[in-house]
Amino acid sequence: MEKETGISKKVEEFLQVFRKGEEFTQELLKENEKLRYKVAQLEEVAKFSGREEHFKFHTLEERVKFLEDENKTLLDRYHQVEEENKDFANRYIEVEAENNNLANLYVASYQLHSTLDFNESLKIILEIVMNLIGAEEFSIMLVDEKTNELSIVAQEGMGPEARSSIKVGDGVIGQSVKGGEAYYRDGDPTNLKDVDYTHPLVCIPLKIKEHVIGVIVIYKLLVQKSEFSNVDYELFSMLAGHAATALFSAKLYSQSERKLTTIQSFLDLLKEK
Amino acid sequence: MPEHNFLVVEDSPTMRQLISFALKRIPGSKIVEANDGIDALKKLSTQKFDIILTDINMPIMDGLKLVSMVRNDPAHKSIPIIIITTEGAEEDRKRGLALGANAYVPKPIQTADLLNIVNQILGGKR
Repeated sequence: MEKETGISKKVEEFLQVFRKGEEFTQELLKENEKLRYKVAQLEEVAKFSGREEHFKFHTLEERVKFLEDENKTLLDRYHQVEEENKDFANRYIEVEAENNNLANLYVASYQLHSTLDFNESLKIILEIVMNLIGAEEFSIMLVDEKTNELSIVAQEGMGPEARSSIKVGDGVIGQSVKGGEAYYRDGDPTNLKDVDYTHPLVCIPLKIKEHVIGVIVIYKLLVQKSEFSNVDYELFSMLAGHAATALFSAKLYSQSERKLTTIQSFLDLLKEK
Repeated sequence: MPEHNFLVVEDSPTMRQLISFALKRIPGSKIVEANDGIDALKKLSTQKFDIILTDINMPIMDGLKLVSMVRNDPAHKSIPIIIITTEGAEEDRKRGLALGANAYVPKPIQTADLLNIVNQILGGKR
């Protein structure tokens, strides 16, 4: 029993020594940290000591001049950085707008070439003109090569007074198709008391290289659409080429499908005989 | 990264793709598309959404009917709804908001404006 009490006493003594040692180490570490901080401060002061030395040898006036110059340099640099910041912010906005425009163009062209069904292609063009450009009354007209006439194949929001066909070369629409040039009416596109179906806002000839196969004609914009933006003009030029090829290939595909069915029927008939 | 679930209700594939394209720029976004109001209600019954973005003019069930049904359904009435439509007149906007939509965005959409609205709603929910 006495032996056990003696051992626990010794253990306790050892632990106390150990704790003291730990406390001492902690104090040393704290002291070390303080010293390192002081060294860092002294190093910082030493950096500027050259400048202080410079002041010692000059008059107060020269010192003021020196500080004024330094202040001016700092102000100039500040303005320069401010301008750079503004420039970066503007460029960021431009890039954002460009990204959004590219997304619109990508989605429009992706959808245009997503089908070989003629009616579906027409529906997609209507969707693009209405949802992406913001037109309320508009039509898609195609050229009949035999009669040289333009006929409406799809339209949105147009009244019954609109002419369903126009001769190529007649009026604004016919002239735009004949010349293969896009037409934009002068003035404010929202200034419309009544829609005039002979004087559209925009005519976009649908071209495959130089061959015009039809035209998109816009008569009226949605109430919330106040003007055409840059992306609208990009969309117009994209539609001029991509809508034309989409409609042309869909038409060719449906024709070839029809021919294939006819030939298949003939072959089946011959086999039966 | 927090996950944000969006339900895009649009009958036009072009608009669905364009809206989804914009929403994908929000980190953690997950987008589910529906063709009309009925399709949207089916998807609402199986999944949870943070925001519903809906068109008005759609076949089978239009967007206004969808807004009214969602607002009258205790399970979904607190989901924020953004109406995206070609109907840009002031009375249309008032009608949409009166039915319980949180925001009304006229087409053609400006991606930056739409993202601002979505971020504001998400920020308010946090």
